[in-house]
Amino acid sequence: MNIIVCVKQIPDPETPSASFRVDEAAKRVVPAQGIAPVVNPYDPQATEAALRLKDAAGEGKVTVISLGPDSARDAIKHALAMGADEGVLLNDPSFEGIDNFQTAVALAKAIQKVGPFDLILMGRAAADWDMGVVPTGVGEILGVPVVTVAKAIDRTGSGIKVERVLDDGFQTVEVGLPAIVSISNEFGEPRYPQLRQIMLAAKKTVQVWSAADIGLGGDETGAANRWLPLEALYVPKVESNVEIIEGETPEEKARTLAQKLRAAKLV
Amino acid sequence: MSGILVIAETADGVIAPISYEILGAARKLSSEGGGTVAAFVAGGEALAKDLIAHGADSAFAATNSALPDGAAEVYVPAVEAAIQQSGADIVLMGQTSLGRDLGPALAFRQKTAVAMDCVDLTIAGGRLRVTRSAYGGNARAEHTWKGSLQIATVKAKSYDPTEADSGRSGAVATIDAAGAARIKVLGTEKATTEGVKLEDAPVVVSGGRGLGDPGAFKMLEELAGLLKGAVGASRAACDLGWYPPAQQVGLTGKTVSPGLYIAVAISGASQHMAGMSGSKNIVAINKDGDANMVKVSKFAVVDDYKKVLPALIEEIKKLG
Repeated sequence: MNIIVCVKQIPDPETPSASFRVDEAAKRVVPAQGIAPVVNPYDPQATEAALRLKDAAGEGKVTVISLGPDSARDAIKHALAMGADEGVLLNDPSFEGIDNFQTAVALAKAIQKVGPFDLILMGRAAADWDMGVVPTGVGEILGVPVVTVAKAIDRTGSGIKVERVLDDGFQTVEVGLPAIVSISNEFGEPRYPQLRQIMLAAKKTVQVWSAADIGLGGDETGAANRWLPLEALYVPKVESNVEIIEGETPEEKARTLAQKLRAAKLV
Repeated sequence: MSGILVIAETADGVIAPISYEILGAARKLSSEGGGTVAAFVAGGEALAKDLIAHGADSAFAATNSALPDGAAEVYVPAVEAAIQQSGADIVLMGQTSLGRDLGPALAFRQKTAVAMDCVDLTIAGGRLRVTRSAYGGNARAEHTWKGSLQIATVKAKSYDPTEADSGRSGAVATIDAAGAARIKVLGTEKATTEGVKLEDAPVVVSGGRGLGDPGAFKMLEELAGLLKGAVGASRAACDLGWYPPAQQVGLTGKTVSPGLYIAVAISGASQHMAGMSGSKNIVAINKDGDANMVKVSKFAVVDDYKKVLPALIEEIKKLG
């Protein structure tokens, strides 16, 4: 079973609000000092899903693709240390500032270059821009059905059965292969890379492909060619009108709070 | 030609509340020069007429039986027909299970972009401009479109729903198109939650990692019970296994906007704020007076929740 997993490196979403800065003129986030970028939290779950399916099939290959700067190699290495077989880094100066739509085009071209696949797995969204459009986009470009926000995947005779998370419940769907599935946090804990695997991963190859290597035209990449131009990026101002409840003891504060909530008809 | 097409959804056979909110957004854009408002719904003419009563100038009833329970791929050709017939250059839908899939599927099919989960929409220079949250609520991003067709999904509770006016009239057209179903839906089940549903609760009492103890949620449940509310939790608390993930409020959890949100030992990281910043009144109970949650709240008690909560529960019981 040939499975392709797409992963992304992002700024750590647990970065404290106080350390978060935006360069408004350049319309980009200033990396927080001393806080290393991380693998998008949903992506190890996509890798985990791929590894479980490969194990169940008893054969196959898991190829990891990431589009990003040189440091994105770490996101690929993480997946290789979990047990994926090969890695491809899509790296080109023209990728700086491109949007999710251009990313989907680039990933689709890279996937075509990797070769035939049974399944493409991705996290349900990247926690930085939180758009969640890339899985569907790659599916539309490649003409492959897409099942989003999965919590479980099982092989059937000719395809897969997927349990999806809906706003107010769950849905079970069946789809033939090849297909694309985006994985949600409900999928469960991904395996943690063991030391031996981390050492093995160091020997696995990570190919680096440029925009030209995947046949991406000059008008398809570059921030100037975004499908969804970014007009402004800023940190929203928080106006504080808080009333700190005074009191000598916690009990007195609680009493005052209860009275104020009643006066405001909130309880 | 320009205009707005609203993709409405149904729940239990009637128009879903979020669709009236999208109509509210569409009417606002229309008043800013966005053109007329057409609405689309998978279902019969009665539903289409309901949308007209709620602010649409015309409506499409997509009657193909494959649609209501089908995946987004089944919807795309039907929505494309409605775009063509209405001449709309703006397509709006809710950030729902359907919208999350249909927005991008339609966008890539039409070779244009979709902005997901928008909180503010406006017409500037005859074109759509939207604001959405990024980086877990730490940043706001404003977008326009390169392509002529502008598609956006709208975050729940961002706009007030429109009211029904039975005096309104407009044309209803039917659409029969449907896409091939490569994805077969085998079954759908509703999540069962005990007590008040989190998203609908008038009061939400939430706890975070700062509780330091999963047992503390019992106290939160008692307070929520007294106030006829529901209990929520931060992602950090859910990740620790202290409370069920279905009750998670935040970026990767539920979005709530109750009349009263009581945040107990939650610092207010962007991950959590993204799910509750629409609350009408926030009360913070936190040891740290500098916590982000304290800053955004109406009332804050800066003290140990272990002492404050039992006293608050007693005081509220006394108030009756």
